[in-house]
Amino acid sequence: MSWPILSTITFLPLLGALLIVLLRGSDESAFRNARFIALWTTLVTFALSLLLWRDFDPTTAQFQFVEQRAWLGPIKFHMGVDGISLPFVLLTALLMPLCILASWASITTRVKEYMIAFLVLETLMLGVFTSLDLVLFYLFFEGGLIPMFLIIGIWGGPRRVYASFKFFLYTLAGSLLMLLAIMAIYWEAGTTDIPTLLTHGFPASMQTWLWFAFLASFAVKLPMWPVHTWLPDAHVEAPTAGSVILAGILLKMGGYGFLRFSIPMFPLASAEFAPLIFALSVIAIIYTSLVALAQEDMKKLIAYSSVAHMGFVTIGVFTLTMQGLQGGIFQMFSHGIVSGALFLCVGVIYDRLHTREIAAYGGLADRMPLYACCFMVFTLANVGLPGTSGFIGEFLSLTGAFRVNTWVAFLATTGIILSAAYALWLYRRIIFGKLEKPSLKFITDLTWREVAVLTPLVVLTIVFGFYPAPVLDATAASVDALIKNYHSALAAAEQAHIALAP
Amino acid sequence: MPPSLQLSVALPELTLSIGAMALLLVGVFTRKDRAELVLGIAVGVLVLAGFFVLRGSGTTTLFGDSFIVDAFARTMKLLTLAGAAVTLLMSVHYWRGAGGLKFEFPVLVLLATTGMMMMISANDLIALYVGLELQSLALYVVAAFDRNSARSSEAGLKYFVLGALSSGMLLYGASLVYGFTGSTLFTDIAVAVQPSGTNLGLIFGLVFLMAGFAFKISAVPFHMWTPDVYEGAPTPVTAFFAAAPKLAAMALMVRTLSTAFPAVTFEWQQIVTFLAIASMALGSFAAIGQRNIKRLMAYSSIGHMGYALVGLAAGTVDGVKGVIVYLAIYLAMTLGTFACILAMRRNGRMVEDIDELSGLSATRPLMAFLLAMLLFSLAGIPPLAGFFAKFYVFLAAINAGLYALAVTGVLLSVVGAYYYLRIVKIMYFDAPAERFEPMPGVLAAVLGVSGLFILFFFLYPAPLVNVAEAAAKSLF
Repeated sequence: MSWPILSTITFLPLLGALLIVLLRGSDESAFRNARFIALWTTLVTFALSLLLWRDFDPTTAQFQFVEQRAWLGPIKFHMGVDGISLPFVLLTALLMPLCILASWASITTRVKEYMIAFLVLETLMLGVFTSLDLVLFYLFFEGGLIPMFLIIGIWGGPRRVYASFKFFLYTLAGSLLMLLAIMAIYWEAGTTDIPTLLTHGFPASMQTWLWFAFLASFAVKLPMWPVHTWLPDAHVEAPTAGSVILAGILLKMGGYGFLRFSIPMFPLASAEFAPLIFALSVIAIIYTSLVALAQEDMKKLIAYSSVAHMGFVTIGVFTLTMQGLQGGIFQMFSHGIVSGALFLCVGVIYDRLHTREIAAYGGLADRMPLYACCFMVFTLANVGLPGTSGFIGEFLSLTGAFRVNTWVAFLATTGIILSAAYALWLYRRIIFGKLEKPSLKFITDLTWREVAVLTPLVVLTIVFGFYPAPVLDATAASVDALIKNYHSALAAAEQAHIALAP
Repeated sequence: MPPSLQLSVALPELTLSIGAMALLLVGVFTRKDRAELVLGIAVGVLVLAGFFVLRGSGTTTLFGDSFIVDAFARTMKLLTLAGAAVTLLMSVHYWRGAGGLKFEFPVLVLLATTGMMMMISANDLIALYVGLELQSLALYVVAAFDRNSARSSEAGLKYFVLGALSSGMLLYGASLVYGFTGSTLFTDIAVAVQPSGTNLGLIFGLVFLMAGFAFKISAVPFHMWTPDVYEGAPTPVTAFFAAAPKLAAMALMVRTLSTAFPAVTFEWQQIVTFLAIASMALGSFAAIGQRNIKRLMAYSSIGHMGYALVGLAAGTVDGVKGVIVYLAIYLAMTLGTFACILAMRRNGRMVEDIDELSGLSATRPLMAFLLAMLLFSLAGIPPLAGFFAKFYVFLAAINAGLYALAVTGVLLSVVGAYYYLRIVKIMYFDAPAERFEPMPGVLAAVLGVSGLFILFFFLYPAPLVNVAEAAAKSLF
């Protein structure tokens, strides 16, 4: 490819944001223009990302569409994608237009600023997944805090100030430790170029520290128990589209970080501390599922269920088996679609009744059959019913876990049962039963715009449930290479150990 | 080279001092309402001095080696001159609202700047002291410049008393160093100081010397004067304090420590590390409770000096490079923020409460946006320039193995982020207050330029980093 497609995809939303900045006036017509500019920008970005997928060569583990330019002396502007990052780029590009559509009618104040914040956020998120230099990665990774802080704080719910501060400071504290680790890597390896670092081979003692510094950042972002407490607050207070982005993409940066940095760069530490990750993940799955059962607030319930689902991701990824890794990646992809869709579903009824309290609803199936149908698909996918995308990810992760440690697999599986309990119970309380609350008597079913937002997600959930191959094929070569490198690094360390022994 | 030609090396300083004296005459012999003309000429003199600084190249010494001009000096002088010139320009509108500009103000600023130039180029303890005192005396007066205000007078007096004390400590330290090394020239001191069997008396001298420096850059525990002086002094003076003298004093400290005492790096490293941690901690925590934005900026500047000291603590070329990058970006951020503070004006009066910014994003979207970006940048969030500032100093600290300092520093910057976020919250999340008066053109221009600089620095950071690197190399 002759033109820099990755930079184009990454920075196109920023261009859209600049266009909106140039819009004059703050009346309804300016708002309308801002919405359309944002929608078209994100749609074109999505189309370009499909083009990227078409031209992507799934048979190689090499980085593709590589771009390199001088930037900060030894630190280069370096971009590229491989099988691990491609699904995330697609996911981001897919969710953004839906978010813009979902905010079409529900955001009525400061529309221009809202659209600008989302477009800037899209650039930063895409940059996270496409950058091949640690410093560049960090720039995008942390830069995302600013728009998200403003999105939660300006357009959020009643406790938005608390939630936005908590989100910002938690994430910042984690990432700054990673920043120090990046600096240590720079001095140790003399570069921050990711492809070079993947084969660098850090000394064992250093790996432990670096691994923990990266863990601090990714564990907060993912989030893992016990640093997950910012998530329910941020989710509950964020506007609908903000929650979608949080659950759909920002959380995935943590998982992506493990796959891209922790495992390939610090294989020895990853092997040594995998049990720690397993323990934290199992606690997360069981504990947050139980907490989810007790929630009165729909968004909070889904937020806790997200933490539990991310537990499957970390288990799968750290099994370091083909199934586990593929399962982890697929689970992230699927969770991006499903949890995003669930938040959109909550947004639909929130826009009508302006409450997220579960008790305020009941019997919606009578007046909102279409909605009940969509919500059911996502609820079942959240539970992991075979035939939905949720099943593939959880099944593969657990298969991988079973090969490594049956107890972990056993305990994690109880999480699926619990997820059935809280998800189906939520569904029952909202959709089934008698419609007797007076406030619900005149509630209307999905509008055409909401149908347009939810349909693609329903289709993808079911299609990937039956035919996950497109994603799994794209990731296979890269995951395979990751496992090979991991095992050869472990073997080399073992050899060195034997050689040292008297 | 004949001595007359060598004087051209000190042309910037000569320009400033001659300019200051000439303007004194102009001010006395023209009508009172022509003070703005004096200010305009003063800015011109600063620009001219900057032009002379730019013309120099290589390393030259003068006056028996006590005065040195190298790449480091040129870089720091340019930054200082820029800070002085911009703050002078920003003050015009303020004085119009505060009963008219007095011509002594630009003259005093010129004299203070001359002192700063001396400090930056000082290669000798005596030159150092002369420069420092010239700067300080002028600053004491401008701090108390609003003579009808009790708080301004209090600020000036407080600054003077504590400043005199710190000068005394500095002199005492200088005399000890002279006594134990037999010279006041940095180059001779460097030869006399040997790492093996370091003399205790010399270390005492070094400590006192550093106490004097720490006072000038307002590093904890010598920071007490800063919040009161920042709050009490007229706002343009505060802007000037936050910009130029900080840079000059930091440059002085960097040069003295790395050229006169490289042999005892380990000893002063510990002191600098302590100053850095204490400043970062106090700057972050004490700023949280502030209501007055000038006071908040005082604590913020204390914290920022702490971060700049992290680079110095590394004691390497990379560290000094980090300090220079930090100071340059700090200058841009400070000037931009003070442009906003100077624009906080309602019904013909300045307001200084942070809560007055409430809902600024609704009443003045552009100003609010740029100020928010400046604040995020001050907090060190990428991709804004403030991130790169912190990046380079911590990079040096990690390379020097100062892990504890680096970890403490970044964690404290999370605390620091809190109070910057609080201002963003007030501007963006709270209900709008009454509009401010329209922003004067000069302030808008300063805010615009500094805002664009910090927003787009990441696109092309190489020039500043390269200049800083060249400057840092000239010291080692």
